[in-house]
Amino acid sequence: MTKNLKVKIWRGGKEGGFATFDVPRQENQTVLDVVTYVQRNLDPLLAYRFACRVGMCGSCAMTVNGVARWTCRTNVSKVEKDGRLEIAPLSHLPIIKDLVTDMREFFDKGARAKGQFKGKQNRQDEFARVDPKSKERIAANAGIECIGCGVCYASCDVVGWRPEYLGPAALNRAWTLVNDVRDIQQTERLKVVAGDAGCNSCHSLGSCSERCPKQIEPTAGIAGLKMLVAMAALRGEI
Amino acid sequence: MTSSRTQAKLWYWQRASAMVMAVCVLGHLAVMIYAVRGGLSAAEILGRTHGSRLFASLYTLLVLACAVHVPIGLVAIAEEWAGWRGSKVTIGAGLFSALIAIMGLRTVYGVVAA
Amino acid sequence: MTRINDFRARNHPAYWAFVVHRVSGLALAAFLPVHFWAMGLAIQGEVALDGFLRFTDQALFKFGEWGLVLLLALHMMGGVRILLVEFGPWSGLRKNWIAGTLGFGIATSLAFALALIS
Repeated sequence: MTKNLKVKIWRGGKEGGFATFDVPRQENQTVLDVVTYVQRNLDPLLAYRFACRVGMCGSCAMTVNGVARWTCRTNVSKVEKDGRLEIAPLSHLPIIKDLVTDMREFFDKGARAKGQFKGKQNRQDEFARVDPKSKERIAANAGIECIGCGVCYASCDVVGWRPEYLGPAALNRAWTLVNDVRDIQQTERLKVVAGDAGCNSCHSLGSCSERCPKQIEPTAGIAGLKMLVAMAALRGEI
Repeated sequence: MTSSRTQAKLWYWQRASAMVMAVCVLGHLAVMIYAVRGGLSAAEILGRTHGSRLFASLYTLLVLACAVHVPIGLVAIAEEWAGWRGSKVTIGAGLFSALIAIMGLRTVYGVVAA
Repeated sequence: MTRINDFRARNHPAYWAFVVHRVSGLALAAFLPVHFWAMGLAIQGEVALDGFLRFTDQALFKFGEWGLVLLLALHMMGGVRILLVEFGPWSGLRKNWIAGTLGFGIATSLAFALALIS
């Protein structure tokens, strides 16, 4: 094991570049540990995000050696190449400073894809009855664990090629709601997830499903949306 | 700028034509492998295609499916890799579709009926 | 500014399958008008078509024909995989179909090569 890691970290805002740091190598060390070491000991001006540091919140997502990952759950031994690491902010999002990106457009797209639940019952009504073994509930359950970390959005090249594309997370969220039998906005939802800004631009290149730290497969939900959108378009509903 | 409804329809037209072409292309690959043995000659090719209703119908189907399938795919490439947007893309795709249809149907006529 | 991905993010089978599918489609699209023009020589008669076919008896053209057969086979089978991903019951990114596409492409282009030299 090398004594020191040579770590390139992205610095800058509107413009930037990589700065190199020497970080002592530990037996058990995550990439987040590396970034934290740099900020505490070498460069206090380094900006980065983290919160839980145990793989629950998704705040620490960054690009490590070119691949979007949760840095708190990425062991250095898994990704270092000849004692070298490259750490950059997530792709496809405006950089505020160093490793911190502006995630507003990511969350705005989630909202635009009708990622909110709307039902018709109130507190006077009986509880809705949803069979957990139903096809719809199983489909929804496969996608509801998303915590909006942005790794899929950063990994999807269609997001890079089409600024208007809603992206895998927003479409996955829409899919979970499309499969919520209590929701009453289904037609409006299909309208906004159709077309080039929506599911029809997904080319199933699969980076989202490969990289999701929660093993969610947005490709599956988006394929499901394609079917529903096609049928709705055929019937003239959207 | 096409509406999302139009874009959704183009999506399923491209997939539908792809299903048709999957079958036709399997046949076309088989024909090519058969035909190329011993070298290509016009006499052999035209000997097989002249007056063949089967050939005419299958290859007309293939040409028309191409005229639908290919331009829609090219639009995606133009928008995503070349960064072109707007009516010039859709008009260009429409023209290319017409080109494939016209040249393709002319070719089918040429080897079947001419 | 925003950063974009490079080959390291794209280094997985489903992505390569996408690139092969798109590039082969582009190449075939470019070839199609040429193909129609060439076969359309039949309208001018058997001699005109045969003249062109004799011109393409050179090794470079035969290699091109072989390449086109390979591209068509890959594009078609890769396309069937995408149709399964989109229309079929969900079964992951169907990486077995990626392998199968490659196999089909190799088999078809080999069959064509053997037919060429027979």
